[in-house]
Amino acid sequence: MKTEYDIIVVGAGPAGSLAAKFAAEQGVSVLMLEKDRDVGYPVRCGEAVSMAGLKEFIEPDPKWIATEITKFSFISPDKTKIEVEFEGKGCILERKIFDYELANIAAKVGTDILTRAYVNGIISENGKTAGVKFEYRGEQKEVKSKIVIAADGVESRVGRWAGLKTHSDFRAMESGIQITASNINVDQNTCYFYWGNIYAPQGYLWVFPKGNGLANIGLAITGDIGKKRSALSYLNEFMETHYPNASLLSQVAGGIPFTPTLEKIVAPGIMLVGDAARQINPLSGGGIISGMIGGSIAGKVAGEAIINDALDSIFTYEKKWHDRLGKRHEMFNRIKNGIYNLTDEKYNNIAHDLKKIPKNKITLGQIAKTAVVNKPSLLLDVAKTFF
Amino acid sequence: MLLIEILPDKCDFCGCCVGVCPEDAIELKEAEITIIEELCTNCVKCVWSCPIEVLKFNKNLAKANNENRI
Repeated sequence: MKTEYDIIVVGAGPAGSLAAKFAAEQGVSVLMLEKDRDVGYPVRCGEAVSMAGLKEFIEPDPKWIATEITKFSFISPDKTKIEVEFEGKGCILERKIFDYELANIAAKVGTDILTRAYVNGIISENGKTAGVKFEYRGEQKEVKSKIVIAADGVESRVGRWAGLKTHSDFRAMESGIQITASNINVDQNTCYFYWGNIYAPQGYLWVFPKGNGLANIGLAITGDIGKKRSALSYLNEFMETHYPNASLLSQVAGGIPFTPTLEKIVAPGIMLVGDAARQINPLSGGGIISGMIGGSIAGKVAGEAIINDALDSIFTYEKKWHDRLGKRHEMFNRIKNGIYNLTDEKYNNIAHDLKKIPKNKITLGQIAKTAVVNKPSLLLDVAKTFF
Repeated sequence: MLLIEILPDKCDFCGCCVGVCPEDAIELKEAEITIIEELCTNCVKCVWSCPIEVLKFNKNLAKANNENRI
């Protein structure tokens, strides 16, 4: 570790690693700091992504793909099941291995990486972020930089210290819980989505297969719902009624900020990426690919800013992000606001109407027509935006 | 006075509470969590957001505190 770097990335998730990679490959010096002992663990994520999204950055590798996804199944409160063949393909990742691989890619182009490096402050000089303070192996350290890229996830404290408004309204924060369980007898190529207030009000419940009878089962509810009842109690109820014989291999909690991108994701000397910037699809909560996209743009812009000795140019990242995905996320957020408060009866009615379409004819296009007739374009939008 | 309690043995250290805290009053390391008493306003947003019931508002303490004031 040097005492000064061109760029410091805080957080080694997919967004951080992509930012590091796209900066370091330009020949600038990059240090990436990870709070936890291991990159990629614990996995606070449903792990679903689209193949097309992945392929933009990395060739799919069986060692980090748990199973391929070819079908969606939507289950309404009265258990009406709508199945849709997925146009294109998706997969469920093994994030433990996947995140490792991304960090390795960043390291291969020259990124220095430290784990168990707990960032607890920033260095400010003349109103500009000029490095970070962190605890490492029992010692307090300071490393200076020209640019800090904050990829510190849902907590997003680094941006806050730099004066950016990063904290999430509790009503927009989804409180999530997920277990990885065995003895889950579901189709291994189908992602299941349970909609309705009985499962997860103002959110949804997912069952994503991981191959060999394993599945990620989780749900998310907003803080408004959490006032009365916790995510944990909803999941316990679901497991008791649906999978009483499941064995739990893992249980994780996590916050998912279901909001559009923060208003400001750049300040002098600092850029935010991934969950820290709220680069999450606010309808599905999916954030792996969008975080990677955000990270890649930020890393590229930051590297160029260093090379051209034009640090002000990091502000172009904001527009580039919004043109690529940010504006789309705002649209998804409007859709979310329209459908997250439907009654269970309404969800059932939509499902019943879709059920009238012959099974072999159900495509996302068909669902589009039905959903449009029914007004809330629930299923299509969700399906389209998740992957 | 700090009226929010954390049950560290139940905590998964996920950071959801940190993300919703308006005061940046929660310090979270890999497997250590503390509320900074001087910053906390007892707004309970962290309590509402915790997915697994780790944070609690201590009603008894709040009550005792109120009575003391009177």
